[in-house]
Amino acid sequence: MDQALRRKVGAEKVTTGYLEVRNLTKRFGDFTALRDVSLDVGEGEFVCFLGPSGCGKTTLLRAIAGLEPQSSGTIRQKGTDVSSLPPSRRDFGIVFQSYALFPNLTVGDNVGYGLASRRKRRAEIAARVTELLALVGLPTEGAKYPAQLSGGQQQRVALARALATSPGLLLLDEPLSALDARVRLRLRHEIKALQRRLGVTTIMVTHDQEEALTMADRIVVMNHGAIEQVGTPQEIYRAPATAFVADFVGSMNFLDGTLEAPDRVRLGKIAVACSAQDGLAPGARVRVSIRPEDVRVRDLPADAPNRLGVTVADLDFVGAFCRASLDAGDVTLMADFSSNLIRDLGVVVGGRLDVALPPDRLRIFAA
Amino acid sequence: MRVGVVAIVVMLLAIVGLPLWALLVKGFEDVDGRFVGLANYAAYFATPALFNSALNSFEVAVVTMVVVVPLAFLYAYALTRTVLPLRWLFQGISLVPIFAPSLLPGIALIYLFGTQGFFKGLVGGEIYGMKGIVIAQIFYCFPHAVLILTTALRTADARLYEAADALGASKLRVFLTVTLPGAKYGVVSAAMVVFTMVITDFGVAKVIGGNFNVLATDVYKQVIGQQNFSMGAVVGMVLLAPAALAFAVDRLVQRKQVALLTARAVPLVPKPKFARDALFTLFCITVSIGILTILGMAAWGSLIKYWPYNLSLTLANYDFEKFDSSGWDSFYNSVYMAAGAAVFGTVLTFVGAWLTERTKGFGAMRGLVQLLAFLPMAVPGLVLGLGYIFFFNASGNPFNFLYATMAILVINTVAHFYTVGHLTATTALKQIDPEFEAVSASLKVPVWRTFLRVTVPICLPAILDIAIYLFVNAMTTVSSVIFLYSPDTKLASVAALNIEEAGTTAAAAALCMVIVATSATVKALHLVADRFLFARLQRWRLR
Repeated sequence: MDQALRRKVGAEKVTTGYLEVRNLTKRFGDFTALRDVSLDVGEGEFVCFLGPSGCGKTTLLRAIAGLEPQSSGTIRQKGTDVSSLPPSRRDFGIVFQSYALFPNLTVGDNVGYGLASRRKRRAEIAARVTELLALVGLPTEGAKYPAQLSGGQQQRVALARALATSPGLLLLDEPLSALDARVRLRLRHEIKALQRRLGVTTIMVTHDQEEALTMADRIVVMNHGAIEQVGTPQEIYRAPATAFVADFVGSMNFLDGTLEAPDRVRLGKIAVACSAQDGLAPGARVRVSIRPEDVRVRDLPADAPNRLGVTVADLDFVGAFCRASLDAGDVTLMADFSSNLIRDLGVVVGGRLDVALPPDRLRIFAA
Repeated sequence: MRVGVVAIVVMLLAIVGLPLWALLVKGFEDVDGRFVGLANYAAYFATPALFNSALNSFEVAVVTMVVVVPLAFLYAYALTRTVLPLRWLFQGISLVPIFAPSLLPGIALIYLFGTQGFFKGLVGGEIYGMKGIVIAQIFYCFPHAVLILTTALRTADARLYEAADALGASKLRVFLTVTLPGAKYGVVSAAMVVFTMVITDFGVAKVIGGNFNVLATDVYKQVIGQQNFSMGAVVGMVLLAPAALAFAVDRLVQRKQVALLTARAVPLVPKPKFARDALFTLFCITVSIGILTILGMAAWGSLIKYWPYNLSLTLANYDFEKFDSSGWDSFYNSVYMAAGAAVFGTVLTFVGAWLTERTKGFGAMRGLVQLLAFLPMAVPGLVLGLGYIFFFNASGNPFNFLYATMAILVINTVAHFYTVGHLTATTALKQIDPEFEAVSASLKVPVWRTFLRVTVPICLPAILDIAIYLFVNAMTTVSSVIFLYSPDTKLASVAALNIEEAGTTAAAAALCMVIVATSATVKALHLVADRFLFARLQRWRLR
């Protein structure tokens, strides 16, 4: 509840518009990396750019930093037009996938690198470095060189260095992808907590949907240089706006069919009921989607809508649950069954089973 | 940074592009500077004496290549794939010829096999001519071939050999299917480098060529002897053709070589095998004795009173005042010039490579830098030197004042050896994180500050390599500077050539030995410094 509320607050903040990206286009020769991208980021918000490699998410981040100037379009930060400013005159801190730590400088010198050039007093810098190293949980590592630290520790140093100059905007370019799974999981929480504590507006680029879902206030899903959908993690997961988003975030069944009536789709011999579709004319080719965990098995009323008799074709053990392949004649479905359910209902490969596809869980996309 | 890239392009055009252009144009003019089209070229090919030199050059280059490459391959194989006692010593000996000017092996051969030589009976007649040139060139080219082949053979994946063993392949089959393909590109590269070195070298042919004319000596004769600059330019262009061709072949083959050694490869560590190791040790000893004999003969010759009648030792030959008007000054000039080339050349190549490597976008200009940086590798020193005469001596050139100064020698040497420095710097820069400039921009630190505080310290080993390379080459080069020195700026290598020409072989050998000692000492200091001083500065590399 608390988290949902917080996310709602985050969503409302959008109106304040700390960062306004308008009609941004970036071309590399013949290739268009970003096409007409517009986006608002609110102050203090944590936004994730999510998408497959080559979707333009990193290009967008680099355009915001001024590292890869856009071909057209504008970027305003805190009301000022920064579109044509070089990176050195914009207000941001950045952490790269490689961390880009200076290997010949100590951890302390790395963190203090941006402070030294601001004509601050030596003692002042030292105090700030100590403070930052404590903040990222490395209070005693200041005298070491980056090569002597683990990947996760290097990542924190890079974060401390980016935060040292108290930037208004923190940019994270796939900061966790070089780390092993366990460290990655821990750092997700640490970064998120730190961001909340400092209230710094943050944009993170990632191709890992789980990372985006757990960390972001809002997610920007991108594909082929354009934004597919912007929304809270729940919105993205529960109500994907396009087939691409539905497919990219989480697992999804796609069933090809034809719209018979505004609220009915024909899938071969089967017809399924769905919520009324306004935008699509009857007779249109559509794709029906449902998440594997939304396939219902337990406590089905006799008159449950979209009830199907299926054969269990396969069961893959995934640990906490099993992913079943269900054969319903014209269609094949993936469904996630908990271990309890499998035990209670005696699900076995080759066995028969009745399942239902709840109409409110079905999403219909134009094919 | 884009302004910097443009500046580098302009500079490279001035020191490489335009002189070559001037040379090209000169070939189409008559003695009075009128345009005569291809008349000079027609005259060249119609003169059998000139055209013969081209054939001679080609023959010598091919013969040397055929001998040196297998020899160097076996030596490199011994260094990398067998358990060799005193490996460092054999490696060091193979590099010795690098520190000598190319006329040194010629002089040593005269002592050994000349008309009054120790072993003149052994070679069955005249050493002057093709035989002498080939033997001297083998000595001169050997280290370069060994260096390339050692690198090629060192990058081997032990797993490939284990796989071949597991599949039951015979020793010969493993060699033919694993070792040779892995080193194939290195072999081609070594062959092309040797070919180019021989075709373009001037010192050896000058000293021991006798009446056997080659392209390089023809250029010299046309320009210095007959003052026929146009014909000199034509011979220069003819000389450029095979060198450029060999360069193109090498580049083409190199492009095909993509990461034979993946990050997951397991380096091959040779295991001891008595018969093989003994055989290769014997081979290395033989070759080393050959190298040391030539060097030792030059050293001994320089210390002898009156060869071959009075073999008592003396230092009189080192009193260069008696043999050449510039005396020891030529040596000091060489050291100044080499130091200047090392300092300015290193700064220029490194900053140039950094600007090209680290500027985003701007593809066309960066491509131009690459092209101009590679050009000197394909251009023989004599040709570049000749281009410098035409370009800098032209009356309308605002840089005319540089002519016949020390500055032009430094500029010419930097230009002549630009490619290797540029490549070394580029390789070093490619290994460091591409986002350093972005990070420093986000931290509002000026880019030059990050360059000085981070990039330069990280690349320090490569920077020193470039400096030493430039110093050693500047000490030993004869070819490009022979057209550019003035009485006040005569260099030691040129003086040695003049002294030899005047017939005082012992003093020429002495001056060559001074050059060898200087460049070898600088290299030794580099190694010592690397080991003790920089180990401390590079502490951050430790894990």
